[in-house]
Amino acid sequence: MAGIQPMEQFLIHHVVEGPKFSAPGIGIIDLSITNSVLFMLIGTVIIGTFFMLSAKRALVPGRAQALAEMLYGMIDEVLTGGIIGDRGRPFLPFIFTLFMLIAILNLIGLAPGGFTVTSQLAVTGTLAVLTFATVLVVGFARNGLGFFKLFWPSGMHWGMALFLMPIEMLSFLIRPFTLALRLFGNMLGGHVVVYIFASFVIGLGAYGLSGFGLNTLGLLGSGLSFVMVVALTGLDFVIAIIQAFVWSALACVYLNEVVNLDHGH
Amino acid sequence: MGPEAAKYIGAGLAMTGLIGAGAGLGILFGNYLQAAIRNPAAAAGERTYLFLGMALAETMGLFGLVVGLLILFK
Repeated sequence: MAGIQPMEQFLIHHVVEGPKFSAPGIGIIDLSITNSVLFMLIGTVIIGTFFMLSAKRALVPGRAQALAEMLYGMIDEVLTGGIIGDRGRPFLPFIFTLFMLIAILNLIGLAPGGFTVTSQLAVTGTLAVLTFATVLVVGFARNGLGFFKLFWPSGMHWGMALFLMPIEMLSFLIRPFTLALRLFGNMLGGHVVVYIFASFVIGLGAYGLSGFGLNTLGLLGSGLSFVMVVALTGLDFVIAIIQAFVWSALACVYLNEVVNLDHGH
Repeated sequence: MGPEAAKYIGAGLAMTGLIGAGAGLGILFGNYLQAAIRNPAAAAGERTYLFLGMALAETMGLFGLVVGLLILFK
């Protein structure tokens, strides 16, 4: 069983060697292009070219333009419009960028030979910090120090509210961690499970071919595992989109709390 | 049983946190389906919140995964 290494697919290696700088206080910064960076660039190029080509502004949209408009309309209606309301319009580009980036990176990871950028905790962590920082900046810019009303549960005796305030604060501060972990865990888990079942296909198949009698049951297991691989890959496609949607929906929920803080939307 | 074996057992036990996530997801989707069958007109509007609830329920299980990874690779 030594040949089965489900974690190997997440290893980062250099594709193009780059210079190394030593930054004071941080350590050594490696500017090499790794497979993670490479696939992130590929994802960006795919998104860029797709929207460049589809934005023809035809009165009767073609296929690409219809798809782009559908995606844009979905984020506008369901997320920024549906969750935040009219005040959510300014955040549409941000939410839409998050959605497209995460969805495309997840889907690239499912392509054969693709590297799942979103299975790196560093990447999801950076995106989560970005989302959280946006919420903080918007919160303080819109409400000033009134931002702290967010932690004060309304309609409650002040003693109870005082008791609940630390819990509210904690649940607010834990958000970037849960955001990053959710995407990371889903991508990691999905790919590892597919790998394990794929290794069953080969392992049990080889066992089934090694002799007659009970060994033939191995072929049955191999076939079942193959069906599982196909089914799980299908599930992973669904999860790839859903996780991108969930990330942008949660970003909207967090933004909604600070944007509509004053009128309890 | 050496400490290495105990490490793997511990990592496996940490994943039992996913039991709760599984039960939570079952309750969530079951109740959504029940509500959606009773009132199909309102189902589409609540789908966003279905996925939000799914994400939040899942996160609790993924904390178990993190603990498992911490035990394995620390």
